[in-house]
Amino acid sequence: MHRGNDSHSSPSPADRRLSALVRHLQGSPLDAADPCLAAAPTSAAQISVFDHVVRAPEDPILGVTVAYNKDPSPNKLNLGVGAYRTEEGKPLVLNVVRKAEQMLVNDRSRVKEYLPIVGLADFNKLSAKLILGTDSPAIQDNRVTTVQCLSGTGSLRVGAEFLARHYHQHTIYIPQPTWGNHVKIFGLAGLAVKTYHYYDPATRGLNFKGLLEDLGSAPSGAIVLLHACAHNPTGVDPTAQEWEQIRKLMRSKALLPFFDSAYQGFASGNLDADAQSIRMFVRDGGECLVAQSYAKNMGLYGERVGALSMVCRSADVASRVESQLKLVIRPMYSSPPIHGASIVATILKDRAMFQEWEVELKAMADRIISMRKQLFDALRSRGTPGDWSHIIKQIGMFTFTGLNSAQVAFMTKEYHIYLTSDGRISMAGLSSRTVPHLADAIHAAVTKVA
Amino acid sequence: MASSLLSFASASPLALLDPLKVNPRIGASTFLGKNFIKAKPFTRTSMSVAVEVSKFNELTMAPPDPILGVSEAFRADTHEMKLNLGVGAYRTEDLQPYVLDVVKKAENLMLERGENKEYLPIEGLAAFNKATAELLFGAESVVLQQQRVATVQGLSGTGSLRLAAVLIERYFPGAKVLISAPTWGNHKNIFNDAGVPWSEYRYYDPKTVGLDFDGMISDIKAAPAGSFVLLHGCAHNPTGIDPTPEQWEVIADVIQEKNHIPFFDVAYQGFASGSLDEDASSVRLFADRGMELLVAQSYSKNLGLYSERIGAINVVCSSSEVAQRVKSQLKRIARPMYSNPPIHGARIVANVVGSPDLFNEWKEEMAVMAGRIKSVRKKLYDSITEKEKTSKDWSFILKQIGMFSFTGLNKAQSENMTSKWHVYMTKDGRISLAGLSAAKCDYLADAIIDSYHYVS
Repeated sequence: MHRGNDSHSSPSPADRRLSALVRHLQGSPLDAADPCLAAAPTSAAQISVFDHVVRAPEDPILGVTVAYNKDPSPNKLNLGVGAYRTEEGKPLVLNVVRKAEQMLVNDRSRVKEYLPIVGLADFNKLSAKLILGTDSPAIQDNRVTTVQCLSGTGSLRVGAEFLARHYHQHTIYIPQPTWGNHVKIFGLAGLAVKTYHYYDPATRGLNFKGLLEDLGSAPSGAIVLLHACAHNPTGVDPTAQEWEQIRKLMRSKALLPFFDSAYQGFASGNLDADAQSIRMFVRDGGECLVAQSYAKNMGLYGERVGALSMVCRSADVASRVESQLKLVIRPMYSSPPIHGASIVATILKDRAMFQEWEVELKAMADRIISMRKQLFDALRSRGTPGDWSHIIKQIGMFTFTGLNSAQVAFMTKEYHIYLTSDGRISMAGLSSRTVPHLADAIHAAVTKVA
Repeated sequence: MASSLLSFASASPLALLDPLKVNPRIGASTFLGKNFIKAKPFTRTSMSVAVEVSKFNELTMAPPDPILGVSEAFRADTHEMKLNLGVGAYRTEDLQPYVLDVVKKAENLMLERGENKEYLPIEGLAAFNKATAELLFGAESVVLQQQRVATVQGLSGTGSLRLAAVLIERYFPGAKVLISAPTWGNHKNIFNDAGVPWSEYRYYDPKTVGLDFDGMISDIKAAPAGSFVLLHGCAHNPTGIDPTPEQWEVIADVIQEKNHIPFFDVAYQGFASGSLDEDASSVRLFADRGMELLVAQSYSKNLGLYSERIGAINVVCSSSEVAQRVKSQLKRIARPMYSNPPIHGARIVANVVGSPDLFNEWKEEMAVMAGRIKSVRKKLYDSITEKEKTSKDWSFILKQIGMFSFTGLNKAQSENMTSKWHVYMTKDGRISLAGLSAAKCDYLADAIIDSYHYVS
């Protein structure tokens, strides 16, 4: 008696093989003169079973760096990926992170046993406190479940998979525009994706009226993705008053907030200030999800450290939610990686190291704010047509320049400046030395390309 | 109406309505919210505020993971003779977790070098991908020379299997994966979540406590052409029963006849026999035949990197051009799942495999780990056969290989092992030899004999 979960479906594997064969005979890329095929004498099928797999395009954001790496020009500038660079244009590992790592490596009692499915307990507790506030009533009431995930992406994906399985509404509203990976994450998790107005190209600011209208006409209970601060890619954030209106509207329609917090502390330089939007929602006693990333604010990009928190109505619900989150995680990667989470926990739990971190974090945020000012001044001094004040009004790592894709292509071709085609530049990739080059490029693009 | 009710709710804080605040003793529990509340807090006060009920109110509590749940239960047990033969994590003779010396050395090197923490490419660390494919196929392998392998770093074995499962669902819709009966408990979860249908092929024969080879071959033959056949490269989990080299040849024959696609799960390379090359021989046999195949690898056990989550998915294709396309699609699957994989474990592996000294040291440490397991198998066998003088053949303990052994105990007998003897194992009769010390073999022998004879 054989167990299985197979349902009746076509086409049969034999059909697929036949159509692959037909494609081959009609002239597929797989050349009969391919020496690799001749060198596989015993294989029954010369045609690959993977022949129908097409080449995927490069990821649009990460593909910018790929293109940048290929460019031999000495003046090239990478303003693509949101990874912090020093004034010297180098990646940065925070001193406090190095310190924490040294402590971990020196600790002879440390082992590499599997973490629980939900990750490192200390890390989870401390992450919740960081984002919700140490005195958060939701935490004190045990209404928050926090699970360690693979940075922001992983937290969003696990949360979305959970909602697709257990929440009655399967539509998520994402701002227009938003980080390119959002729509893929939610789509693959099984949610339908709709957009709400967000960016106003005319003002290069927030289209608040449009936002309220769209959320106002969303079906009751729909999920809404909110960037906690430093909106990616626009850098445009609601004001505190606007957040309050958003909160009221959402709660009146029982819309479920799903926060993406990738820049806490990085936007304004202050950890608590950057968490205000989330805390406002949590204060009203309602439910929400929060995806946290430590990629930028602790410079732990490649360690993939993040957390998903769900603030629930009751501790009982939180406990059940956690058990179901585990069922999402186990068949995806079993349990999360220990290294990055250990670094974070080490820093967050030590008062002196926490303060050191705050200082280094503020320095990064301040350097970015200074780059904004320098670029703004440089464009003004060149008399570049247009209002460039959005550069200093926008917040966080990115600036939505307002340049169109033709202008972007021009800047890449003529000035070897790499950015995403939506006109987003990473301020973190700029330095005092390179600002003039960028300003020249923008000036040329705006004056020469429509 | 709803909004005025809500403004009431936000104006006068929920504290007034919230019995949790009224009686702060309720809920004084651990942060992660253990289930202590018996009554729904808002039932009596919620009538006027309809939205006070959780949107997730109907959610049921999921059962604990059957494998990982064993360790949780073990930890809760206070009996002095308790023994954890649940999870497959290596323990020293003192039953302590073990971090390999080469791993510590590699980590120190990495720290000295002061490497950065930039994002890896979606496909992972290039040096790791190269090293892992060479380790698996052999550096001189034709499949590598011809660049026919798409290798993508994955989150250990689970993550690598999941990437492959999604690839199968997308590009081979309706194709089934055949999994052994039994197999690692999480395999079916991975395929279920990826939407890939699966069915079982016979594998374990309880009568011989060995391989039901005829059943296996027959079931693989009976499956629709073009199915994926999930094979354990070595040290089958949970049974410890591996096909012989001759049997592997027959398995390969049948798979080729039916145009099936072999899909190897290699979680114990080097750990089973103590030799990296020997443990890869099944995979290499298939690759040498020019077959296309998938291989998921894990470094959790053989490098003791359990919590670093380091592994890889390899897809051997008939041409390098196809391999490149397949690789691009694996990346497309990884990006919306976790964007790019974690660096730490990948660097450790690359450093160990990339340095001749560290590599040799690793092989020695691995031989010690595999050796200890072989020696406790022998000791357990000796203990049982000294005490138990029936005609029952216990030699399967010696024939089985790797971390796990299928004892042949049924569910009730396994439960007796735990309830009476405080020996923690999974209900399918699987014990982890890695959790057994020579000192405890006698005790375990008593427990097994008791459960086998006196429980049915």
